[in-house]
Amino acid sequence: MKIIRRAVLTVTALSGFIAHGSLEAQVSYERILGAANEPGNWLTYNGTYSSQRYSRLDQVTSANVDDLELKWMLPNQVFGAWQSNPIVVDGIMYVTQRPNDVMAVDARTGRVFWVYRHTNAANALVCCGANNRGIAILDDKVFMGTLDANLVALDATNGKPLWKVAVGDVNLAYSITMAPLVVKDKVLVGVGGGEFGIRGYVAAYDADTGEEAWRFYTIPGPGEPGHDTWEGDDWEHGGAPVWITGSFDPDLNLTYWGVGNPGPDWNAGQRPGDNLYSDAVVALDADTGELVWHFQFTPNDGYDYDAVQVPVLADMQWEGAQRQLMFWANRNGYFYVLDRATGEFLSGEPYVRVNWSSGLDANGRPIPTPQPDGMPTWPGNQGGTNWYPPSFSPRTGLFYFAAWDDYATIYRPEESEYQPGRAFLGGGFDVLAPVPGAPTIGIGRTNPINNWTNEVGHGQVIAMDPLTMEPRWSYDQFDVSDSGMLTTASDLLFTGGREGYFQAFDARNGQLLWKAALGGQIVMAPVTYEVEGQQYISVISGNTMVTFGLPD
Amino acid sequence: MHSFLRTSATCTAAIAALQMTAAPASAQALGDHQYTSAAVEAGSRLYVSECALCHGPQGARVDGIDLRRGQFRGPRSDEDLRRVITAGVGDSRMPAFDFSSAELDGIIAYIRAGFDPGGVAVRIGDAERGRAVFAGAGDCASCHRVNGIGPRAAPDLSDVGAVRTPGALQRSLLDPYNSVIPINRPVMAVTQDGEIVRGRRLNEDTYTVQVMDSDGRLRSLVKEELVDFEISRSPTHEPTRLSSDEVADVIGYLLSLRGL
Repeated sequence: MKIIRRAVLTVTALSGFIAHGSLEAQVSYERILGAANEPGNWLTYNGTYSSQRYSRLDQVTSANVDDLELKWMLPNQVFGAWQSNPIVVDGIMYVTQRPNDVMAVDARTGRVFWVYRHTNAANALVCCGANNRGIAILDDKVFMGTLDANLVALDATNGKPLWKVAVGDVNLAYSITMAPLVVKDKVLVGVGGGEFGIRGYVAAYDADTGEEAWRFYTIPGPGEPGHDTWEGDDWEHGGAPVWITGSFDPDLNLTYWGVGNPGPDWNAGQRPGDNLYSDAVVALDADTGELVWHFQFTPNDGYDYDAVQVPVLADMQWEGAQRQLMFWANRNGYFYVLDRATGEFLSGEPYVRVNWSSGLDANGRPIPTPQPDGMPTWPGNQGGTNWYPPSFSPRTGLFYFAAWDDYATIYRPEESEYQPGRAFLGGGFDVLAPVPGAPTIGIGRTNPINNWTNEVGHGQVIAMDPLTMEPRWSYDQFDVSDSGMLTTASDLLFTGGREGYFQAFDARNGQLLWKAALGGQIVMAPVTYEVEGQQYISVISGNTMVTFGLPD
Repeated sequence: MHSFLRTSATCTAAIAALQMTAAPASAQALGDHQYTSAAVEAGSRLYVSECALCHGPQGARVDGIDLRRGQFRGPRSDEDLRRVITAGVGDSRMPAFDFSSAELDGIIAYIRAGFDPGGVAVRIGDAERGRAVFAGAGDCASCHRVNGIGPRAAPDLSDVGAVRTPGALQRSLLDPYNSVIPINRPVMAVTQDGEIVRGRRLNEDTYTVQVMDSDGRLRSLVKEELVDFEISRSPTHEPTRLSSDEVADVIGYLLSLRGL
């Protein structure tokens, strides 16, 4: 009798929790707009529309960070880099795992409510791993892009699919790895496939029905402005994918997207011209998808310098006037400050060794210095940084990102012919090795031995001061890092790297305050949230999500 | 990074090398041990006219043989190849060719260069003779371990033939400065107790380094607890003084080590 009564009590308590949860889980557009004001939740890929990855939570401080303890772990059974960024709403976490599962998880305990599994078409093709970087949420729906280029809407309460649309043609190697971005009543998503001769775009879908609302091609077609930056029919297979979540400025009604490399990747000579809007940031009207401005970082790129970094938006004093700024540490090795209302170039300086260009002109256009055949190009193919989400703290005024220094690549451009659904690379490359045949840095880590060592390149956490264009501080790592950044109102910076350390720094001066040896590579940014008065910090290391908090 | 003097008693070759100023081996030394580029180029023409009809332009038309990738039915060393080409293979499977010595050099050079007319050809000698040189005149066995025998100071070579190309093996012997895989570099650390730890690096990260010390023990060191920590950029042995024939034999032996 006693046992049965206890069970009944548990069921009652549980049903009460669910009823409470489902009411609170209505994520209106207004809530997303004001996400910074409810730091207990993490409502978009980058936390807020400005993509600062800065949280106002301050329970964990430099004084108590040493007391952080393990709260829960959630391992997944899927091998490979786990690049997903969780969304947290009123105590429920939504996280994806390879290739296209969505899990709803109790954010306090790590226990799983439900799993949705999308089965991809057998011929789904991606260059660099079966990655998915997370979901977007609006009202009571969860949205995920899939490797076979579908967009799926799920019921956030039970994980059942509500609608599914084909965003791109899987037979032509279109794919989606990014987390979608919800703006107003639409779901915005871009396509990958820059190594397979796609023609990239960003498209918007009605959140209720899945109906396509607009589509912006990142390569202008005949008659459109910028089309003359391509010759002949190069534009049809010129790449320019969009595989990282953009940002949104509600006052300007602009969404911002980083555009990837032109194709074929390494043979710039095969596609003469600037190849717009590859390696550019585009500012699109949020309602119509119309191009308002663009800024191209790397014209006629032959180095795979995708501009797929997160556009980070901040308002600051700039040369005596308050301005609407955009900060951008680009894969090409330069750090940029742009005016996000107009796209005007304000400043740009290299943050790692760069030799493909000798500098930027007054308009921010690089002065090209291509290296002779067989000679190394800095930064290397994976760039001075890449898609790893940066952070900006309005308290310190510093922009934090992961950099790869002293890392170079030797390119071998070759003529290549476009074949539908096949790789379209234009040659190959070798990472510069300290001795012939030595192991070199690749995508991700598959071996616990760092057999390439810092002689091939090393990682840095850089705290860039946009006002001086120089790092306020930097922190060297022995291996390179693909980890993103998180800052908090208590001036902590959380990040990690391939070595599997999860670290907390003093965001003001770079002092290492705490670290945990989690072991698995950290290839996404940490997030923070609060449930019932407790601040949590979650990070994925290897195949395990690990969540920390202070002792109860 | 500084080089340092290593006083490990187990590896005389290492001591000799580290007491010298590190200097890359000269290009001439490399040239003494390989076929000339002219031979490779001449061999490519001869191969097309005399061999390609049966072996195919890529060298893989005969079952079980892939000349370009170095797969043969019986012969392994350059001498073996020379014998097969001049004597032929019985039952009319392959005719005997009356080539001059220079022409034979060319054909073998072209094969050893991987059918790349601009490639580098490595002579591959006799594995049995190479085993003797490895243990004797080459003084390799005083540092390297093979199949459970020998010290652990230098990397274990039990499977080196499976993981290194002939070109990489030749370079290790002739030009060690440009051959040591960075993770294998010698380490010297001084602990707060004043203990000097010398050994070979096995792994490293921002905060720690894992070492096989000179006594063959596995040590994991926390960098901030060390008084001194240095990675040597110097090679662990001098460029070999072995003759060109002996080098070819040692390469033949090393290529025969394929692991378990």
